[in-house]
Amino acid sequence: MSKIHVTANVNGDAVEFLASPGMTLLDALRDELSLTGTKEGCGSGDCGACSVIVDGRLVCSCLMLAAEAEGRRVQTIEGLAQGGRLHPLQEKFLEHAALQCGFCTPGLLMAAKALLEANPDPTETEARYWLAGNLCRCTGYDKILRAVLDAAAELRQARSAA
Amino acid sequence: MSQLAYIAPTDSQDAVRALSADGARPLGGGTDLLVQLRAGRAKPRAIVDLKRLPGLVGIREESGGFVIGAATSGAEIGEHPSLRTAWPGVVEAANLIGSTQVQGRATLAGNLCNASPAADSVPALVAARAVCVILGPQGRRETPVEALPVAPGRTSLQPGEFVLEFRLPPRPPRSADAYLRLIPRTEMDIAVVGAAVSLTLDADGAVSAAELALGAVAPTVLRVEAGGGALVGSRLDEAALEALATAARAACRPISDKRGTAEYRTKIAGVLARRAALIAYERAGGQR
Amino acid sequence: MSETLQRPAGKAAFEVVGTRPVRPDGADKVTGRAAYGADFDMPGQLVGKILRSPHAHARIVAIDASKAKALPGVKAVVTAADFPNLASEIVEGGESASNTRDLSLNVMARDKALYQGHAVAAVAATSVAAAQAALDAIKVTYEVLPHVTDVLEAMAEGAPLLHDDLYTEGLESRPTAPSNVSRRPVSQRGDLEAGFALAEVIVEGSYRTAAVHQGYIEPHACVAAWSENGRCEVWSSSQGQFMVRTYCAKLLGIEASDIRVVPAEIGGGFGGKTTVYLEPVALALSRASGRPVKMVMSRDEVFRATGPNPAAVIEVKLGALKDGTIVAADVKLKFQAGGFPGSPVGAAVMTALACYDIPNFLITGWDVVTNTPKTAAYRAPGAPIAALGVESAVDELALKLGLDPIAIREKNAVRDGTKASYGPVFSNIAYLDTLAAIRDSEHYKAPLGPNQGRGVAVGFWFNIGGESSAAVHLADDGSVVVMSGNPDIGGSRASMAMMAAEVLGVSVERVRPMVADTTSIGFSMLTGGSRTTFATGMAVTQAAQKVVDDLRARAALLWEVPVEMVEWRAGAAHCLDPAKADKAPMSIASLAATAGRTGGPISAQVSLNAQGAGPGFAVHLCDLEIDPETGESTIVRYTAAQDVGKAIHPSYVEGQVQGGVAQGVGWALNEEYVFDAQGQMENPGFLDYRMPVASDLPMIDAILIETAPNPNHPFGAKGVGEVPIVPPLAAVANAMRRAAGVRMTDLPLSPPKVLAALDAARS
Repeated sequence: MSKIHVTANVNGDAVEFLASPGMTLLDALRDELSLTGTKEGCGSGDCGACSVIVDGRLVCSCLMLAAEAEGRRVQTIEGLAQGGRLHPLQEKFLEHAALQCGFCTPGLLMAAKALLEANPDPTETEARYWLAGNLCRCTGYDKILRAVLDAAAELRQARSAA
Repeated sequence: MSQLAYIAPTDSQDAVRALSADGARPLGGGTDLLVQLRAGRAKPRAIVDLKRLPGLVGIREESGGFVIGAATSGAEIGEHPSLRTAWPGVVEAANLIGSTQVQGRATLAGNLCNASPAADSVPALVAARAVCVILGPQGRRETPVEALPVAPGRTSLQPGEFVLEFRLPPRPPRSADAYLRLIPRTEMDIAVVGAAVSLTLDADGAVSAAELALGAVAPTVLRVEAGGGALVGSRLDEAALEALATAARAACRPISDKRGTAEYRTKIAGVLARRAALIAYERAGGQR
Repeated sequence: MSETLQRPAGKAAFEVVGTRPVRPDGADKVTGRAAYGADFDMPGQLVGKILRSPHAHARIVAIDASKAKALPGVKAVVTAADFPNLASEIVEGGESASNTRDLSLNVMARDKALYQGHAVAAVAATSVAAAQAALDAIKVTYEVLPHVTDVLEAMAEGAPLLHDDLYTEGLESRPTAPSNVSRRPVSQRGDLEAGFALAEVIVEGSYRTAAVHQGYIEPHACVAAWSENGRCEVWSSSQGQFMVRTYCAKLLGIEASDIRVVPAEIGGGFGGKTTVYLEPVALALSRASGRPVKMVMSRDEVFRATGPNPAAVIEVKLGALKDGTIVAADVKLKFQAGGFPGSPVGAAVMTALACYDIPNFLITGWDVVTNTPKTAAYRAPGAPIAALGVESAVDELALKLGLDPIAIREKNAVRDGTKASYGPVFSNIAYLDTLAAIRDSEHYKAPLGPNQGRGVAVGFWFNIGGESSAAVHLADDGSVVVMSGNPDIGGSRASMAMMAAEVLGVSVERVRPMVADTTSIGFSMLTGGSRTTFATGMAVTQAAQKVVDDLRARAALLWEVPVEMVEWRAGAAHCLDPAKADKAPMSIASLAATAGRTGGPISAQVSLNAQGAGPGFAVHLCDLEIDPETGESTIVRYTAAQDVGKAIHPSYVEGQVQGGVAQGVGWALNEEYVFDAQGQMENPGFLDYRMPVASDLPMIDAILIETAPNPNHPFGAKGVGEVPIVPPLAAVANAMRRAAGVRMTDLPLSPPKVLAALDAARS
């Protein structure tokens, strides 16, 4: 079995790794690049715990082959905080207690980031439907929505102030 | 799995050759294939990634109609302004497949060729009279979308063939479509029933052409000609809607499974056909 | 969103307790740095995988692993033969006592496979592919037996027998023949017949729930490393590292202190991780191969082979006077235990009528084994099922008598001084306040729209105390480390830091709470039973108090005054001796810096067995809208009030309420195990095992009642984690009844069922 040499950009860094043809991007991130922040909850694209952003698109990394990442830009949870500073979404999640066990949190944060990039002023309903692909079993989603909408407001304010 | 090869051709003929080999499977968005690989239900020898082929990704307007690359993601389809205006039903159907994450990858070709009876995008494409352009060892051919799935999990594609693009016909004025599905939750479920209606109205607001297609109520998507026929000449009065619902129910050949009973599916087909027709009618500018 | 009602009388305001600081482990959790069960690797580790029975019921005639062992990369294959053949023994370790023989057989089948998915062998290999090839190469000879999955069918005459040595306990006399009923607990009071004779109105109903899974998003995972000297180490995400140690020691026949269990962060448990599945197997594989072994379950395995909660049949008959006084209650609870005895029917029997003061009742439970996965605890185990029946029946009573649903419950409510249906006399409960909070809420008065119905339901859970250990250490700069032995599944670590900070008088940012491994802290019972903030919080508080006493003693030494002359206030020692008024206060930092001169390191450890956990009462209000043409339903509004004693960190208490509500809603509307005719689960994935997604729910309003703090806890806290899941099944079912005009009794209330019921009522 021959492995495929993949070069990609992950969180702004050029990376390379060897992937067997059937390896998923999720496996590559966790096992080849030691980026274990992205989680496997189901392996079938139904829970969103493995969510990452590829070339600006929110995807489930368990539904992508590692080989498909060739030449692509991948953003994972490890790249959300910049220079030791938490992203407003991360801060709002903590402020609103929008996590309990925290397992779904990386995927949710990536999904929320993608939401606010696509729609900086979502309604609660729009946010709920966008985030429907991210299962959370602990929180009942209430505080997650509050955190996301609060972060959205803060980001809009920062943008208009700038 | 240790025999598996991954190929990402950039030339269509290379793709045809690769797909002609025994045990080769095409890869679009991967949202079905990777699930099947993981579950051991698919054991291909080679995965042929079509996304780097020219023309497979992207939407263009041509001769008054639209051409959608077979490997265009649902997300991209949903972001295309003139496609949404002309074909709101096709777009909303494509956008109902899975979650936002799945939308980032899922393709019309994948949804069609996976040949699930419940595929969300297929009824709307059938109601739209969409056509697939297929490339294979014998060259190009065109076929209506409903000719592709022949049974759950099986298509009429020959070895080496793959879908290149979808063509949507030019839209007469006062036309619109709609797609509705029933799922137990609000998102994330496979359709228990799907109904698509496409309408064109004449200058007086009466229906001059109508199509009804149903999903998840038969082994493959159903084009219900009697349903469309029930609406023609009407302004969606109660009698026409009832005739539509009756035609929808009569066409159903559903199974009972963990997602719904046959009886339930048949009932819902009638309800959704009505509701989809009303939405399409209003979108087309009709007034009851 | 949330109101805290009334400060506890006579208590000064708290500085830290009751506020909402950012949790101390928060940064790690939102950056992906926190390490869960599958995020840990050991050098040289092998991949472990389990071979599972394809049959729901079968005798295991032979296992031939010779071909598997010979495959390249395969380093070990184990079966039950590699585990001691344990005698039946009841051991405390999990949330309730377990039979270690049953546990061992569930972890690795010996003579019989009792459900599809039951582990029959395991392999360790150098890669996933090699491990999979090894599984495929193991030849198991089965003698397939008839199987039974339905609880009533398993109870019937002539049902396939799972265990030929299972004789029902709790009957008047020991049965002469074995059956599938392991025990029949009973609780009674008064004279049932006389009670029903008095009744002016009677309601009767039969209800069904399907098996549901806890649904934690993190699959089970562990890494085990066996050393040649017989000592071993386990990294796993569980609800109790000491539980893992106890069970692994028993199942492998080794001493507890030879195992060091390191708790990973845990991605959800809800009771489902209060037992072991992988750890003993990983240890056995590591012992056999001489290398560490990592095992991670797939989602499919989680569904087929762990948990779930029992399917059940509930029958309730209530007798009441016209004014709503309930005079008699007859409750029957038939619970599916899965392959081995041990459903939570006993707890269901105890909690079924706990909110009501009824003079005559009989509650009977049956624990029934079936060829389905062995059930595990799920958040207030047993209580939601019993509440479905009782609360639906009370709702029927209210409808029949034309009484307001809150009023009828107030009429029959338990209060301080009432002897609880399960024995003790209630004191310091705020159940009536909780009812009043819903009755007086804006939600209760809000008008309903078309096709909408409003449902009320109440719930109870005992909450437990139990054994906990904690340690508080001062660093030489005065910062504080708090160690405890309880995994943090919902944010309890924050509460530990807050309680310690409150006692020490320092800001919570200076306190670092840690969850210790089994060699670094005294024994702690697992995280479950809503016990951690209560019992471990008590240990933390007492340890912090000991540190304060020690700090006062050090100050007394330095000031040369008796210790009674030293007051600890706002994080510093204050000299009360008027003769030494020149003595400036000494901060915790300065005392910590000089600790070496005043007696050595400042540290305290407390191990205790906490008693007096306050029970929890909850009252829920649910507005539901149905689509009468399709049977689809939407939860449009939900309010949950709960007697919490004192909310240490209100945000996380609200979070427990909201999370429990969401689980209950999923259970009521869409979640169920579907089995085919072969006893195979048809929906072992999140696609068709339908848990609520974000768009399925509205905001969930949590009202925290703090009018009756728990006097047995230093800050008044009662357990809060489990009660929230008890009322929602009935709250949703009652709302459905009011929206649809017809009572549906067979959960989940999925659209096809709702439409069928509506159509039946219409015809």
